[in-house]
Amino acid sequence: MNPANYLVLSGLLFAIGSVGVLVRRNAIVVFMCVELMLNAVNLSLVTFSRIHGNLEGQVIAFFVMVVAAAEVVIGLAIILTIFRTRRSASIDDVNLLKY
Amino acid sequence: MSAAPVVLAATLPPPQTPPVEYSSISPILIVLGLAFVGILVEAFAASSARRAIQPVLAVLGFVAAFVAVVLLHSRRATLVSGALAIDGPTLFMQGTILLFAVLAVMLVAERRLDSSGGAIVAAAAITPGEPGSTAMQTSKAMQTEVYPLMAFSVAGMLLFVGSNDLLVMFIALEILSLPLYLLCGLARRRRLLSQEAALKYFLLGAFSSAFFLYGVAMIYGFAGTVRLGEIADATGTVGENDLYLYLGVALLAVGFFFKIGAAPFHSWTPDVYQGAPTPITAFMAAGTKVAAFGALLRVFYVALGGLRWDWRPVIWGVAILTMIVGAVLALTQRDIKRMLAYSAIAHAGFLLVGLAGTNADGLSGSMFYLVTYGFTTIAAFAVVSLVRTGDGEASDLSQWQGLGRTSPMLAGIFAFLLLALAGIPLTSGFTGKFAVFQAAISGDATPLVVVALVCSAVAAFFYVRVIVLMFFSDPPADGPVVVTQPSLTYATAGVGAIVTLLLGVVPQPLLDLASHAAASGFVR
Repeated sequence: MNPANYLVLSGLLFAIGSVGVLVRRNAIVVFMCVELMLNAVNLSLVTFSRIHGNLEGQVIAFFVMVVAAAEVVIGLAIILTIFRTRRSASIDDVNLLKY
Repeated sequence: MSAAPVVLAATLPPPQTPPVEYSSISPILIVLGLAFVGILVEAFAASSARRAIQPVLAVLGFVAAFVAVVLLHSRRATLVSGALAIDGPTLFMQGTILLFAVLAVMLVAERRLDSSGGAIVAAAAITPGEPGSTAMQTSKAMQTEVYPLMAFSVAGMLLFVGSNDLLVMFIALEILSLPLYLLCGLARRRRLLSQEAALKYFLLGAFSSAFFLYGVAMIYGFAGTVRLGEIADATGTVGENDLYLYLGVALLAVGFFFKIGAAPFHSWTPDVYQGAPTPITAFMAAGTKVAAFGALLRVFYVALGGLRWDWRPVIWGVAILTMIVGAVLALTQRDIKRMLAYSAIAHAGFLLVGLAGTNADGLSGSMFYLVTYGFTTIAAFAVVSLVRTGDGEASDLSQWQGLGRTSPMLAGIFAFLLLALAGIPLTSGFTGKFAVFQAAISGDATPLVVVALVCSAVAAFFYVRVIVLMFFSDPPADGPVVVTQPSLTYATAGVGAIVTLLLGVVPQPLLDLASHAAASGFVR
């Protein structure tokens, strides 16, 4: 099967993720969309690794997973403090900083 | 496009452990070691002891790493089988970041600004408005994890400017960003704003690093490698995969432009600079800018140097937009920290002018400019944290009215720093701008320099407006209180102001150092 198809799929997933970041209101869902983008990148890294016949892309994908896990720890901590303060995780409510 | 045969581990030669040149990466190792020791201190020392131990430890660690950078000054090599590079620009920027880190630690360690502790919250988990949260606001306690977090962030910055490989660069980007997201949420006063800044910085930062990573994947797809030097070799050949290359460069640039705060990816900057604790804002404004520019320059000069005619117009456009957005929107600000944030955006634009020159002068000019801007901006934020009301800092501009009459020395220092940011002669801001603009003119970017000069003039207007407000209007009856007792913050502001003056009057030694560091260029 032509590996380019996987690249198309990865591009679609990345686009879905970035549209989700832009339109969704809940901070947790926004964050999940960012994770979707990272995993879309993993798919293209693995596909490129297959196309080029070397292992670098697969190794990078492992690093990305670790980074994503670390990001979850930080991100959920921040979203949790916001939720405890405002009783809401909606990113439309965090609107004190403007102008 | 055809697929290569399936790669199995059995068909590959056994992996060889790459040699690690520990002495050459000692600055990074020292700072990482400092961070781990800091965590151990958190675990085993009593709360009151930590407040004394951690800042001393942090300053000692950063100074030790700076000494290591100085000792390595003539080393030029690629390390760890090509993943890291140590060369003039790397060492220059690592040294700069470490000096800024020392100053930022002095600001964080300040505990004498008002009756409560310093600028950092007593416990990050306090919810504003809950019973007991007011008592915690005035508590002497402090979330001393700030110091290890800063050390991790500095380690990431040192790695970011030295990475010779897009994978290492991505990891370094995350190491420097993740602690910063947390640090932004740790302000003692105005908790809601601080938490909001952390959330905005985190969500937008994660979004932009996803773009950066997709750029890495695309460039890997084009070149089959993530080593900067090998990417440069691959760009020299005409292939069928050029689409991947151009997509990759664009996505990578989005990640970089976000980190340096260039328009149209600047929208996080004012919110985060305003909401974050002021010492952290100073650290971010100076340190992150050096780190992100260091990595940006390396990628664009080393990996994409062969494509400069393709990316130059983009850099022109972004530089012009950034300068205009920064200078014009700063005019409308009522909050002093927001105004300095828009000034940071304008300065990112001026730095991009140096990159648009695409020559060695542009490299050394940018490095010089980063040093001058960093010292001035840290000192400016230090002064901001000295002018206070009962509610924390007097950040609204109207509260700064007549400050020149009530406390002339502080207002004088601040006026001098603002003039430096505006780029008036005899300040470091002038010499920095001169170095960058001269390089851009010699690199055939004269129209860009004209735009930059117009924007400098617009920017000078809002700096001077603050000076006029401080010296030529009457102080309000319920004016802010200026902290008068000598403190670490005064020392930091003084150091920043003295460096600003020295680099304005005798810039030559540092200019020589920068051009010496840039002369040998980037190693590949």
